[in-house]
Amino acid sequence: MSLSYQDLVDAAKQEIPEVDPAQLSDLIGNVAILDVRESDEYDQGAIATAKLVPRGLLEGTIATHAHDPNERIVVYCAGGARSALAALTLKRMGYSSVSSLRGGFGRWKNEGYPWGLPETLTGDQRGRYSRHILLPEVGEEGQIRLLQSKALIVGAGGLGSPAALYLAAAGVGTIGIVDFDVVDTTNLQRQILHNIDRVGQSKVESARETLASLNPDVKILTYNERLTADNVLQILSGYDVVVDGGDNFPTRYLVNDAALHLRIPVVHGSIFRFEGQVTVFEPYKGPCYRCQYAEPPPPELAPSCAEAGVLGVLPGIIGSLQAMETLKILLGIGDNLRGRLLTFDGLSQEFTTLNIRRDPSCPACSSESHPPQLVEYDQSCTPAGVVARAG
Amino acid sequence: MKAVVKIPTSLRGLTGGSSIVEVPTGRLSEVITSLTDTYPELGERLLDEAGDLRRFVNVFVDDDDIRFLDHLETTVSPGQVVTILPAVAGG
Repeated sequence: MSLSYQDLVDAAKQEIPEVDPAQLSDLIGNVAILDVRESDEYDQGAIATAKLVPRGLLEGTIATHAHDPNERIVVYCAGGARSALAALTLKRMGYSSVSSLRGGFGRWKNEGYPWGLPETLTGDQRGRYSRHILLPEVGEEGQIRLLQSKALIVGAGGLGSPAALYLAAAGVGTIGIVDFDVVDTTNLQRQILHNIDRVGQSKVESARETLASLNPDVKILTYNERLTADNVLQILSGYDVVVDGGDNFPTRYLVNDAALHLRIPVVHGSIFRFEGQVTVFEPYKGPCYRCQYAEPPPPELAPSCAEAGVLGVLPGIIGSLQAMETLKILLGIGDNLRGRLLTFDGLSQEFTTLNIRRDPSCPACSSESHPPQLVEYDQSCTPAGVVARAG
Repeated sequence: MKAVVKIPTSLRGLTGGSSIVEVPTGRLSEVITSLTDTYPELGERLLDEAGDLRRFVNVFVDDDDIRFLDHLETTVSPGQVVTILPAVAGG
C-alpha cells in the first residue's frame, strides 16, 4: 500500500497533539519553539523566540537545540503540515512532549499574534561562514552573535597579528586595534598583519588594510596612540572582550585595571623567546592579572622581544590560542581558561595547565566596589590604591 | 625517587642552561635550599633578604600555586614537579 503526502500528514496529526495560536501565545517563555521552515521562509518573518531548524536538518541537529527529551516543544511551519511530520519524528526520537502549531505561521500571523523579521545572514555570509554554521555550537545564531560582537586588540604586533586575522576571518563584527608604533622590517619575521610595503606606516593602518581585504563584514576601529591612564577607559569602553597582546608590563597592568572598572574579560597572552602563556581574566569571577602577578620581575629578568629575541612562530601559536578563547567567550561556548594558566614551551613542545586563583587580598580586585586607581605605571607597576566605583 | 624543578628560560642563565633540575623531596623550602646550594645566584633571584620568595616569583607544585597550598611549607613528594614561573610581557 502506498501513502500520499496528505496521508502521511493526516497520520501524523493523529499521533501528535496540535496547539492553536492562542494556546502557544500563553506558553511563550515556558516552551521551546522550533521553526522547521526553510531559511528563506524564516527570513520573511518568524515568531520572535523561535529557533530555525529547517526540516531537512531536524534529526541531525535537534540534540543541540533541545537537550532535555522531556522539554516541552512546539514545532511550526507555514501551514501545519511539515510541522506535524517533524513533531512525529521528534516523538519517535524520544521527545515526549512535542506538539505542532495548528495552521502554522500563516494562521499565527492572521490572528494578529506578534512576529518579526529575524536577524539573519545574507546569502554571501551563509557561504563565507558555512563552516561555522555547520558547527552545532555556533550555527547561524552564533554567527550572528559574532557579527554583533566587539573585540579590542591591544597591540598590532606578534600576538595581535594572528588574533586579529582569525577574529576578522571569523566575522567578529567590530574589531578595535590599539598601537602607537609604526611597521619596521624587524617586525615582519612574526607580525603577519604587516608586509614590506607597509614599512614606515602606522601599525593600526596597516592592520586595517589587511583585515579589510580579508573580510569586508568587519568594522575596524583604529587607535593610533599609546594606552594611558587618561584614555584607557574611553578606548576599552563598549567592547565585549579585550585581547591583551601588549609588549610591556605597565600596559598590561593598566589594561587589567581598566578591565576591572568596566568588567570586561581580558584574554591574556604573553611570550618570551620560545615560551608563552595564555589565560582569561574575567573580572571578579576569577583571578585578575595582579592576583597572578603581584609585581613584574625586574627588567633584567624580563627583557622584551627586541632585547631577548623570539622565534617568529611562537606568537602565532599563542595569539591563535587567544583568538580561540575570544571566540568561545563571544559565543558563550566551552570552558574558557578562567582560573587556568596555559603555558607553552616550544623547545620541548609541551603545554602545561596550571591552576590559578583569585587572591582575596589582591590590591586590584579584592573589592568590586573599589576598583584600582588608574595611574601611569613605571616599570615597578606598584599599585596606586583604589577608588570608589563610578555609577 | 626525586622531584624535579622546571626552570624558566629567563632564569636558565643561572642554572648553567639547565631547564630541569632534580632535587631531593621534602618541604618546598628544603627543595629551594637544595636548588640554591647548587646555584647560589638563583637563590638571590628567588628569595629576598628574609628568605621569603620574591613577589614576582610564582611557584607551582604540580598544577597548584603554593600560595594556595602551604607556601614554603608545602610538601614536595617524589615524582612531583615544581614549576617556577615568572611573568613574561612580550607580545
